Amino acid sequence: MLRETWYTLIDFVRTFGALQLFFLRLLINAPTIILRRSGLVIKQVYNAGALSLVIIMVCGLFVGGVLGLQGYSNLSKFNAEDSVGTFAAFSLLKELGPVITALLFAGRAGTALASEIGLMKATDQLSAMEMMAINPLRRVLVPRFLGGVISMPFLAAIFSVVGLFGAHIVAVNLLGVDPGAFWQQMQSTLDISDINEGIIKSFVFGVVASLLAVWEGYNAVPTAEGVSRATTRTVVITAIAVLIIDFMITASFI
Amino acid sequence: MQQTRSVELGTGLFVLLGMAALFFLTTQTTGSDNFSGNDAYTVTARFENVGSLKDRAPVAMSGVTIGRVTEVRFDPEALDAEVTFVIDSRYDQIPDDSDASILTAGLLGSQYIGLQAGGSEFYLEEGSEIQFTQSAIVIENLISKYLFSNDSDAE
Repeated sequence: MLRETWYTLIDFVRTFGALQLFFLRLLINAPTIILRRSGLVIKQVYNAGALSLVIIMVCGLFVGGVLGLQGYSNLSKFNAEDSVGTFAAFSLLKELGPVITALLFAGRAGTALASEIGLMKATDQLSAMEMMAINPLRRVLVPRFLGGVISMPFLAAIFSVVGLFGAHIVAVNLLGVDPGAFWQQMQSTLDISDINEGIIKSFVFGVVASLLAVWEGYNAVPTAEGVSRATTRTVVITAIAVLIIDFMITASFI
Repeated sequence: MQQTRSVELGTGLFVLLGMAALFFLTTQTTGSDNFSGNDAYTVTARFENVGSLKDRAPVAMSGVTIGRVTEVRFDPEALDAEVTFVIDSRYDQIPDDSDASILTAGLLGSQYIGLQAGGSEFYLEEGSEIQFTQSAIVIENLISKYLFSNDSDAE
């Protein structure tokens, strides 16, 4: 029993270390890929970012709408429904925007990455590349990783803006909050550092989500079951990692 | 070829949209009236008590924001608080005997510096110090003053 626990622990630490080394290899290869094969990266920004736009915008709109409703119904108990804009902006920019975008990103783009790479491995495409003296890490993994990292901050910003408009529609157009108070209170309370916090978070989450997706796909057991397991693990581990890291970043900012 | 073009177009649109969103967030959701050093001048004022005045609090004249607090610090020699703030250089004709008081926006709002114009012919400029200041009103002091004056009336 104790032995097993010990081995599991050792195994975990070893996997964690391997992940860091893998991350370093991606980073070392990133500059050459950006400079020489930017077409590959653009294709992946399209896959990870542009194709995720619909889900991000629809979810953002409704999350913002819920914030408007909840903010209004709770703040009106204190006669402070004018602050609903501040409430929605703070929640969206600092927490919900980056975190929900990262979770949606893991579900929409992370799974696609992991299963694609896993399937490439299962059908020996990666080995075939190695046979042709093409480094699959540079040709396949790095562009996908970079595409995710580039897309995430943009997706999170779009999510927040659409969410703000969702909150605006609900609070101002449906519930009758004064539009001037909605924006003015937001502008006077929000600071540029709050926005920076959101951007930093979304960037970090982009790195984490893309890294984990690429890693899980690359290390998938090359069978049908292995690929499906890797896809599931991508979502689960990304969700856990994002929420833990979110706590740490928030704690460091306060 | 056609497919590559549409991918590039989609990516371009996506990135532009993302940048527009970031631009919107940085300019529209925050008070974007940042006064940078080159088009603003720095003025100091000493207060006995600054209350809860913070960095970046607005400096207003007749209710219009014309500047921002850049530093609040305690002066250990003069034993008072020295507040440094910048005023937009568009407003360079403020009399140098204007007085600064620390006011509260609304009942529970944050504190800001209100300037009241004086009658001097000389204007505030880079590095000048406001002589006439009025401290923040601390609610505990007000209450104790009120209680005390009531007591003395009764006697």
